[in-house]
Amino acid sequence: MRYIWLIPLLPGLGALINGVIGIRSFSRKAAGVVACTMMGAALALSLVAFWELLGLPAEARAYDVNVAQWIPRIPLETHGGVGLFEVTWGFRLDPLAAMMLLVVTGIGTLIHVYSTAYMADEPRGGVARFFCYLNLFCFFMLMLVLGNNFLVMFVGWEGVGLCSYLLIGYWYEKKSASDAGKKAFITNRIGDWGFILGIFLIYYTFGTLDFRAVQNAAAALPIETMQFGALSAICLLLFVGAIGKSAQIPLYVWLPDAMEGPTPVSALIHAATMVTAGVYMVGRNAVLFSHAPMVMEIVAIVGVLTALMAASIGLVQYDIKRVLAYSTVSQLGYMFTAMGVGAFSAGAFHLMTHAFFKALLFLGSGSVIHAMGGEQDMRRMGSLKKHMPVTFATMMIGTLAIAGIFPFSGFFSKDEILFRAFLANKAVWVLAVITACMTAFYMFRLMSMTFFGAYRGPAWETAGHGAVALAAAHGAPHPADPHAHGQADRKQHEVSHGPAETDGHAIAHPAHDDHGHGPWHGPHESPAPMTYPLMALAVGAIVAGFVGIPAALGGSNTIEQFLEPSFTAEQVPAHAQPGVRPSDVTAGAELERGRTSAGEVKALEHAPGAVEQSGEHVSRGFEIGLMVFSLAIGIIGIALAYKFYVTSPEISERLAERFAGAHRTLSNKYYVDELYDATVISGTMASGRGLWTFDRKVVDGAVNGTSWVTVISSWFSGLTDRTVVDGVVNLVGWIVQESSLRFRRFQTGLVQNYALLMLFGIFAFVGIYLFVR
Amino acid sequence: MITPTHYMLLSAALFMIGVIGVMVRRNIIIIFMSIELILNAVNINLIAFSAQLQNAVGQVFAIFVIAVAAAEAAVGLGIILAFYRNKETVNIDEMNLMRW
Repeated sequence: MRYIWLIPLLPGLGALINGVIGIRSFSRKAAGVVACTMMGAALALSLVAFWELLGLPAEARAYDVNVAQWIPRIPLETHGGVGLFEVTWGFRLDPLAAMMLLVVTGIGTLIHVYSTAYMADEPRGGVARFFCYLNLFCFFMLMLVLGNNFLVMFVGWEGVGLCSYLLIGYWYEKKSASDAGKKAFITNRIGDWGFILGIFLIYYTFGTLDFRAVQNAAAALPIETMQFGALSAICLLLFVGAIGKSAQIPLYVWLPDAMEGPTPVSALIHAATMVTAGVYMVGRNAVLFSHAPMVMEIVAIVGVLTALMAASIGLVQYDIKRVLAYSTVSQLGYMFTAMGVGAFSAGAFHLMTHAFFKALLFLGSGSVIHAMGGEQDMRRMGSLKKHMPVTFATMMIGTLAIAGIFPFSGFFSKDEILFRAFLANKAVWVLAVITACMTAFYMFRLMSMTFFGAYRGPAWETAGHGAVALAAAHGAPHPADPHAHGQADRKQHEVSHGPAETDGHAIAHPAHDDHGHGPWHGPHESPAPMTYPLMALAVGAIVAGFVGIPAALGGSNTIEQFLEPSFTAEQVPAHAQPGVRPSDVTAGAELERGRTSAGEVKALEHAPGAVEQSGEHVSRGFEIGLMVFSLAIGIIGIALAYKFYVTSPEISERLAERFAGAHRTLSNKYYVDELYDATVISGTMASGRGLWTFDRKVVDGAVNGTSWVTVISSWFSGLTDRTVVDGVVNLVGWIVQESSLRFRRFQTGLVQNYALLMLFGIFAFVGIYLFVR
Repeated sequence: MITPTHYMLLSAALFMIGVIGVMVRRNIIIIFMSIELILNAVNINLIAFSAQLQNAVGQVFAIFVIAVAAAEAAVGLGIILAFYRNKETVNIDEMNLMRW
């Protein structure tokens, strides 16, 4: 566990290798191998660290590693006088971080493996670039997860935003992709603004940025039930950050557009990990949030409204990835609902199970898109069940999990959230239940349109002699060629993309689409590197819920007990406290213990655990009744979807016509994008244009006016110079010239003349001397 | 008895003859000779006063004047010769090159 700092560093190293040498000189395979190896190593290290963490007693499950000093001590103003601002490159492993760590490295590794096959048609350098970004993303995500203070977390937070931007715009030649990247980045920036203001306020209030020190200090403060104090302000600002990163109302608009990125990216970043960072951050600061009940209410309301709104939009979308994107927004709303009603561990639990089944669904949709040659519109799919059984089976498991059907993981986490919501706020619970029904409906709508019914996609070359010959040449399995589907499938398919695999062709190969390669042989099952991660995730989607079987069903809710220490202030090992040197440990330990245990008692009184205690009053039978109810809701949704889209598809069309206005509103996503375009974006543009006009008119005018004044005044100056000054000079010259013209007559050149004049002069002077004297 | 007044009258007469010669004659040689008359008028004055005052300085001066006059005559005649070679005349009215 001493080496947890290596976990983020390994993918970082992979990104460095792929970025510096890979893009120029790695083959596709080498780039993939480097990236996957680094992620695999990080996963192995995480497992070791997790195992060691489990070996500790429950209350001591936290470990800090300070690798290096980042910002040396600077005296800085705080609420209570001048404090020392000091930041270390510190990493911290506690139950919440460990869970997130396993999710990121585990799912990350699977998605890396999946990507090696999914991105096989890309040009050579593009693949290395892709893996470089993907590894870089994991590096930052792990920094975010493992950081032990707000600033390290913020580095990861910003880094994942950057990688998200880079990966959404991976096909940057496509305008929509680069636009989506910008949209994601800018929208996130609004959230980051709140986050960093929150960090400022945290330092100002507590004089430190270390998570644990802040938690312990906050636990000692009174709960702000009546007034909106510093803690509430901090929490609200942090929540603004979470809203941006986790795509909640009103900043969710970037996430559906982010589907322009390659599907593995959508699975890893925009479903399983990055977008849950907001939830993780709220969970990290559970102590702060539970001291700010007003903000908690805001969190719950925003969460449940987002869940409902996104789910309703998902009902009518046709793009397979967009349905999943809205589903992700909706599920994130669920997690925030859980956080908001104080069920932090339930939210974190749902985060984990959601990571499994949503990554599974995204990868499955990627497999479908791959099979359909880049087609994403579900209206042109159908009946794919028989072509791609593995994808179908795994996606079905994921769908059942998200719909909350009994033994699958989603059931346990979602039910926990619904139960806690029921205890906390009935209105929130009602909205959450409606969302659950919608979730089941749109997911089965997706499954029905994709895998059941009649095939509506484009026709492919039937098993004519030409196609078979071509297929044989490429070693491609052909739907009409039963032998190709058999044992040969796995090996052969990896080269099925034909000439695109060779380096020579890669240069000419346009990187425009998921699937730009040669002749399409109809829907087919994806190659092994794609199906194996699907199977692994399907197993995860089934069993991940078993760690959180509630007490009502005879389980022990292991995950909640495991995570609970992360959500309460706890005793701090003195050496992990910033500002305490190891030599001071013995002296400070006693003091420390006294202080934190006092804080701990207070925190426990008001902690989310209090909700649990009130939950004790609800009888076990009632709890089981609620479970059955939510299960029934899910089944109703499924049944409706099956009826609308499989048995009698005309009903859905009729409904769409009957409620045309509602349908149009939903299809256009409540016109939120248009609203933002009309208000914020055009407002920003208008103000920008106004500023530009100001710049052009006033600033440029001032500059031009100055120059104009200079020109005019210098013209006058020149005029004066020419007339007055030159005039005087010329006048002097003229006078000299004219007078010399007169006087030079004296210069006759005749010696006798001169002599005569001298004589006269002498006479004159002598005369004066004689007579005037 | 010959008094200094007589000498001075002689000297003044000679001087005036020289000055008038310089003023009115056109031949540069004559002008030259007139200048010699002026110088010698001065010499007579110097010697007369030297005798009168019993002081030899006047006579020394007179000898100086004669020496300088000789040198001046040499230089002047050289200039006249050079001029004559150019202009083929010794008329002073022709010698007006250094004018406006």
